[in-house]
Amino acid sequence: MANGPVIEARDLRRTYKTTTGVLRRKPLEVEAVRGISFAVEQGELFGLLGPNGAGKTTTIKMLITLLLPTSGEARVLGHDVVADAREVRKRIGYVFGGDRGLYERLSALDNLRYFAELYGVSGKAQRSRIDEVLELVGLKGREQERVAGFSRGMRQRLHIARGILHDPEVVFLDEPTIGVDPVGARELRTMISGLIAAGKTVLLTTHYMFEADALCDRIAVIAKGQIVGEGTPEALKAGVAEGRVTEIEVFGVGEAVVERLRGLAGVTAVAVEDRDQKQLLVVQTTGERELTAPLLAELDGIKVGRVTSREPTLEDAYVALVGTE
Amino acid sequence: MRTARLLALGWLFHFRMLSQSAFDGFLAILWPLFFATVAFFMFRSGHSVGGLAPVALGAAVMGVWTATSVSASSPLQRERRLGTLELLVAAPSNLATMLLSVCLATSTIGLYCIVATLIWARLLFGIHVPVAHPVSFVLGIVGIVVTIGSLGFLMAVAFVRSRRAWALGAVSEYPIWLVCGFLVPITLLPGWVRPISWLLGPTWGMRAIRAGAFGGDALPDVAMCLVLAAIYIGGGVLLLDTVLDSARKRATLSLT
Repeated sequence: MANGPVIEARDLRRTYKTTTGVLRRKPLEVEAVRGISFAVEQGELFGLLGPNGAGKTTTIKMLITLLLPTSGEARVLGHDVVADAREVRKRIGYVFGGDRGLYERLSALDNLRYFAELYGVSGKAQRSRIDEVLELVGLKGREQERVAGFSRGMRQRLHIARGILHDPEVVFLDEPTIGVDPVGARELRTMISGLIAAGKTVLLTTHYMFEADALCDRIAVIAKGQIVGEGTPEALKAGVAEGRVTEIEVFGVGEAVVERLRGLAGVTAVAVEDRDQKQLLVVQTTGERELTAPLLAELDGIKVGRVTSREPTLEDAYVALVGTE
Repeated sequence: MRTARLLALGWLFHFRMLSQSAFDGFLAILWPLFFATVAFFMFRSGHSVGGLAPVALGAAVMGVWTATSVSASSPLQRERRLGTLELLVAAPSNLATMLLSVCLATSTIGLYCIVATLIWARLLFGIHVPVAHPVSFVLGIVGIVVTIGSLGFLMAVAFVRSRRAWALGAVSEYPIWLVCGFLVPITLLPGWVRPISWLLGPTWGMRAIRAGAFGGDALPDVAMCLVLAAIYIGGGVLLLDTVLDSARKRATLSLT
C-alpha cells in the first residue's frame, strides 16, 4: 500500500483533436479536461459530479489508463498512470454504466470466467470468487442465463461483479446507475456502499446530485473541464444555505432574457427547465433582498405563470456551481 | 504457462461466442458455398486442365480467408460495438494474447468452410478430392488456419488504433485469393507479384493442402506457414504497444 493519497491528479489536462466540415476539413481542438487536481484517500468514496460533457468520463479514463493525459500527472496507489499502466491496471476495477461492456451471446457465468482469467484470478480461486461476487450483486441463480436477456439493472449488477472479481483496492464507477430504474438504482447504491464497507476506495462519477449526496464522503463538482467546487456534501450545501430560490413558470423565454436575469444584482444563478409547453426559471439569489419584483419586471411581455419562493437545496448548490443554463 | 492458458481459454470463449451468432452462422454457411459455386462454374466452362479438384480446394481456402480477413476486422469491430475493447485494454493481461485468441477463434470458424465446400463440391458437382496423404492434408489445414489467424492478428493490431481499419480487411479479401494462388497458380501471375505471394502464409498453406491431397511433401510448406505465423505474431506484438499508445493518445478505443 502506497503512502499518501490512493488516487491523485495534478493539473490533469486532456485535449481532443478532431476536424469539422466535410469537404474543407478544419482541425479543431476540444479541451475536455482543463487542469484538474484532486486527491482521494484510502477507504474514501469520492464523487466527481457534473453535467453531461463536463469531463468526468475523460478524467476517469485517464486515471484507469485508457487515455493518455495531454499534460499533468496522475497516480493510483503510487503508480503513474502513464509510465506504470500495467501496475495500475492490476489494482483497479472499472465499471461503467449502460448496456455495453458485456458479451451478450454468452451467459453471465461465461462473462465472469473470461474476465476472471483476464484479471489473473487463478483457476482454483475462480469458482469461489465468482460465487462470492454473484451473491454480492444478487445474481446468484441467474448466472447460467444469457446476458442478452438481462434487464438494464441486472446488466449493471453484472458489470459491478465483473469490476470487483479480482478484488481490486480501488474501484472506478463511471455513472453506474445511468438508465437504471429507481428501485434498481437504489440497490446499486447499496452495493456501492458495500464496497466502501469492504475497505475499497471508490471514485464515482455521476450527474445525479442526490446520488452523490447519498453516497460520497467528498464531492468535486466539475463543469466545462474544471473543478468548480470541492468538499463534503454538507459543505457544498452550506455554500448556498444563505440564499433563496425563486421559481417562475414562463412560456417562451429567450436566451437574451435569461442573460438579463443573470445580470441582475443579487442573482447568483439562473437555470431553465423545459416542462412541456412551459419553462421553469429557477433563479438563485443571495437572499439579501427581495428580488421577485425586479425579476418579473425583466420578464415584461412574457406570459408568466406561478411564482414561488423556497429555501435552496443541494441541487441548487450544484446548479449554482456548474452554472447550468 | 499463463499465456498458453489465456490463449486457450480466450480461443474457446470467442469460438463459442462466434458459434452462437445466427447471423454470422448464416453468412458462414452461405459465403463459401457461393464462392465455390462461382468457381466451379467458371472453371468447368473453361475446361480446366487439371480437373476441378484443385479448384475445390482453392475455393475451400478462399472461404477460410474470407471468414478471417473480413472477420479479422469484425471481431475487433464487435469488441468496439460491445464496448468490451476498452475492458480488454484496461485488463492487466497481455493484450496481444487476447487479440490472438480472438483471431484464432475466427479462423477456426473458417475450418467449416473447408468441410462445407468439399461436401458441396462432391454432392452438387460430383467433384472428388483425393487425399493422398491424410496426415499431410490435416497438417496443411492446421497450418493454414494458424497462419491465416496470425495474419488476421497482425491486421487486428491496426484495428485497435482505428475503427476505419476494417476497410483493410475488406480490401484484402479478393487480392489474397489471387496472390496466394487459391484458384490460379501463382506462376501465371507477373513476376513482381511472386515475392509478395511468398511473404503471405496462405500461399504456403494452399501448397501444403494441395500436397496432402494430390501427393507431395507438405512439411516444408507447413513449416513455412508456421514460420510466417511466428513473424506475423512477433510483428503484431512489437507493433501493439506503439499502436496502443497511439490509440490512448488519439482516444480511439471507445469509438464504435
